Amino acid sequence: MIWQIELIILVLVVLFGMGALAVKDLLSAAILFGAYSFMLCLLWAIMGAVDVAFTEASVGAGISTVLFVAAVFRTTRKTDN
Amino acid sequence: MRITGIILILLMGGLLFYGALDFPVWGDPQSPASSHLSPYYIEHTMSDTSVPNIVTSVLADYRGYDTMFETVVIFTAGIISFFLLRTFKKTAPDSRLYRHIPTGITLRIEKGGKVPDESDQFERIDSVWVPYDLIVRTTCRMVIPFIQIFALYVIAHGHHSPGGGFQGGVILGASFVLFAIGFNLRLAIKQMGEKFVTFMCALGVSIYAGTGFLCVLFKSKYLDYSGLAALLGTDPVTARSHGILIVEIGVGIAVMAVMIMLYYNLASAGKHDEGL
Repeated sequence: MIWQIELIILVLVVLFGMGALAVKDLLSAAILFGAYSFMLCLLWAIMGAVDVAFTEASVGAGISTVLFVAAVFRTTRKTDN
Repeated sequence: MRITGIILILLMGGLLFYGALDFPVWGDPQSPASSHLSPYYIEHTMSDTSVPNIVTSVLADYRGYDTMFETVVIFTAGIISFFLLRTFKKTAPDSRLYRHIPTGITLRIEKGGKVPDESDQFERIDSVWVPYDLIVRTTCRMVIPFIQIFALYVIAHGHHSPGGGFQGGVILGASFVLFAIGFNLRLAIKQMGEKFVTFMCALGVSIYAGTGFLCVLFKSKYLDYSGLAALLGTDPVTARSHGILIVEIGVGIAVMAVMIMLYYNLASAGKHDEGL
């Protein structure tokens, strides 16, 4: 596997994870969390765990983002911490 | 307080990294995980179960108990969302919005006003006003059948390619969630009611557990599908492959129903009236 791609994806995983924690807007946090899950899915696929990657793509990046957005829709969008 | 938190996190993170140093190298053939159990699965899966995808056979056959209780965990998540969020108290909203379909005029009816009957003349729309979204609806109508067929393919083709009950069930559930988003929540609940969804949750888990009991009835161990050979009219190896398929279908039904149930309860805050 090309190590440059692995490095870029690893850096992006960390960046998206920290971004999801740091950002004040809950909707942005939900979307960033979806992006984080998708990068993790690529990482699983690189390591050859295709079944796990598929689960991560459908559950992590797909339906859980929708559920987060649905929950944010029912609360306020801003957070204090 | 904030500084103590950061120090604690750094300490725990350092400990985790220190512990991770003792892990075997990634893909190490001498590591305990790949020197005891994995060779057995790699060598015997094809002759034991005739399933090319080793992950599926480990998930649903060799480790059938684990997967059954994973399904129960998902079932519990759906039930918990029901118990935590669902409210049955009928509180009439301050005002309701209706769209007169032939003319496209939007009516606001205040509390106590005369509410038009459900007919093809009037359509109730959410109080967070949404314009008539022809493009979104048409796109959803065209895309949803393909998503559902793909989901069924993922469930049925888990023996040969990545996929299986969990992934296929989630994709199938997501197609119904897309329907609820593209049209509206009330229409989705009318098409696929709460009772039906809850029944499907229980049905999926029952199919899984029932397959296990069926194996016991045919004089083999719980979830040892080779006992189903007499029932299916095949040899024991093919029976294990078919048993995996039956179980995956059960998982798919349960996961699909739970995803829909979670969405209904979360998006409408348990009222099942107006939602995302």
